Amino acid sequence: MLAATGIGIGHYLAVGAILFTLGVFGIFLNRKNIIVILMSVELILLAVNINFVAFSAQLGDLAGQIFALLILTVAAAEAAIGLAILVIFYRNRGTIAVEDVNQLKG
Amino acid sequence: MQSDVTSFASLAPAYPELLMAVGAVVVLLLALFWKNVRPGVIAVVAIVLLLATLAVLVLQPASGVLFNGIVIVDGFARYMKALVLGAAAATVMISLSNSKEHGIDKFEYSVLVLLATLGMMIMVSANDLMSLYIGLELQSLALYVVAAMKREDPRAAEAGIKYFVLGALSSGMLLYGASLVYGFTGTTQLDQIVAAITLETRSIGLIFGMVFLLAGIAFKISAVPFHMWTPDVYEGAPTPVTAFFAAAPKVAAMALFIRVTTVSFGPITKDWQQIVIFLSIASMVLASFAAIGQDNLKRLLAYSSIGHVGFALVGLSAGTAVGVEGVAVYMAIYVAMTVGIFACVLALRTEDGRPVETITALAGLAQRKPFVAAIIAILMFSLIGLPPLAGFFAKWQVFLAAVEQNLFVLAVIGVLASAVSAFYYLRIIKVMYFDEPVAKFAAVPGELTAVMAGVGFLIVTYFFTVARPLTDAAHAAAGSLF
Repeated sequence: MLAATGIGIGHYLAVGAILFTLGVFGIFLNRKNIIVILMSVELILLAVNINFVAFSAQLGDLAGQIFALLILTVAAAEAAIGLAILVIFYRNRGTIAVEDVNQLKG
Repeated sequence: MQSDVTSFASLAPAYPELLMAVGAVVVLLLALFWKNVRPGVIAVVAIVLLLATLAVLVLQPASGVLFNGIVIVDGFARYMKALVLGAAAATVMISLSNSKEHGIDKFEYSVLVLLATLGMMIMVSANDLMSLYIGLELQSLALYVVAAMKREDPRAAEAGIKYFVLGALSSGMLLYGASLVYGFTGTTQLDQIVAAITLETRSIGLIFGMVFLLAGIAFKISAVPFHMWTPDVYEGAPTPVTAFFAAAPKVAAMALFIRVTTVSFGPITKDWQQIVIFLSIASMVLASFAAIGQDNLKRLLAYSSIGHVGFALVGLSAGTAVGVEGVAVYMAIYVAMTVGIFACVLALRTEDGRPVETITALAGLAQRKPFVAAIIAILMFSLIGLPPLAGFFAKWQVFLAAVEQNLFVLAVIGVLASAVSAFYYLRIIKVMYFDEPVAKFAAVPGELTAVMAGVGFLIVTYFFTVARPLTDAAHAAAGSLF
C-alpha cells in the first residue's frame, strides 16, 4: 500500500524522527515560555504516532494503530494536568517564563 | 487468539487490581458524598484498602496470562506488587499525623495515591508495551498532581512543573523506543518480542528502540544521567509525598526495567548489559559525590536514593537469575529503610510546629530525642551497608551476583562508591551526637514511633528474622522470569 505511492516506510520514519528531534530540542533550547514546552511534548507524542501508524500499515497489523489511539487519549489527559500545574505555578509566582523556574537548585 | 475472559473466576490473577480499581472509585465517591468527613478518615480507609489488596494478593496466589496476553501475573509480579502495596500503605500511614502542616490534608491525596498504586500494579504486571504505557501513565499523571498538591507553596508548584516536564519527556522517549521495537519485531507483546529477536538478526533499529525504551524507564527509576529532576522534586514536594515518591514508584519502575530487559531482550543481553552497567556506575559515583555538599535533608535523601538505584542495578547488570534475586531483595530492604528514614524526618518538628528539613537543625538531637536519633543512626549505618544490618546483606547479594559474572570492575567501583557515601551518612550521625543542641523538638506522634521501632527492629535483626523468608520469596520471584 505504501509502496504504490512511491513513498516508503523510510520517509514516514524520517518525518517521525525529525519531529521527535524538534520536540526534544524545543524542550531543552527554549528559554522563554513553559507553554512552548507543553507544545514540544505534544510534538514528541505526534512523532511517535506517525511511527506507529506507518509501522502498522507496513506490517499489516492493527496493534500499532490501537496504540496510537491510546497515546492520543493519554496525551489529552497529560496536557490537561500540565496546564493545571502551570496555573498553580502562575498563581504563586506571576510568571510562566522558563528561567523563573529556579527556586530549587543545589 | 480467542478471548480468555469467560467467567469471573478466570480473572482470579487480576483480583488485586480489580479490588484496587473498584476500591479507589468507591473511596472517591465516599469522600464526595459523606458530608464533612475529615480527610484523615479517608486516609485510614485508603490504608485499609491497600492492606486488603495486599492480603488478597498474598493469600490468593494465582498466576496466569490475562486479557489476550497484555497482563501477566507470575511470582515476580506478585513479589513486586506486594512491595508496592506495602510501601504505599506505610507512606500513607506516616503522613496521617502531619498532613495538615504539609498541605496534603485533602481527601484527593488518598484517592490519587490509590490510583497511582493501581498504575504501579499494572506496570509490574505489564506483558505488552500498551499495558506498560497505560500503567506508567496512570501512575505518573497521579504523581504529577500529588507533587503540586500544596497549592499555595511556590516550591511545590515548581516541583510539580519540573516533574511534569521531565516525566512527559521520558514518556515520549519511552514511546519512541516502543514504536521502533514494534516496527522491527512486529509485535507489542513482551514475551513475543523475544521470539522475534535473535543475536544474529538484530537490527540497528531494534537496538535504537531498546535504548530509547530503557532511557525512558531510567528516568522513572532516576538513574544517572536521567536523574536531574529527582533532587528538585524531592525537595519541593511536601515531605510525605516525597516519602511516597522515594518508595513505591521506584519499586514499580525497577520491576518494569527488569521485566523488559530480561524477558523481551533476553537474546541480546550483551547489548543492554552495557547500558545497565553504565547507568549503575554513573548513579553510584555521582550520587556519592553530589550528596556531600547538601544541607537539605530531603535533597540528601534524593541523592541517596539515586545511589541506591545504582547499587540495585549492579545486580541487574549480571543478567542472571541470581542478580535479579539480589535486586528483588535490595528493593525490599530499600523500601524498609526509606519508610524508616522518612518516618524519622516527619517526626521531627520544632516546638512551634515547623518541620525540620536541614541537617544543621539536627544538632544535638541525641540529647533531646535519644530514640529518634538512635533510629536515624541505625538507618544511616544500614544505608552505608555495615554488617550486620540489613543494608549490608542487600549490597552483598548484588555484588556477589556481579562478581559471579566476572564484573569485577563494577563491583570494585560499587564498593568504593559505598565508602565515599559513608562520609555524608556519618556526618548526620556526627551532627546528631556530637554537636551542641540548638532547637527544641515537639513530641513525636505514636504511630511514627511504632513505624520507627518496627523498621529499626527489622534492620537490626534482619539476618535472624526476615532474611530467610525474604530471600526465598525473591528466589521464587526471580525464578519465574528465567
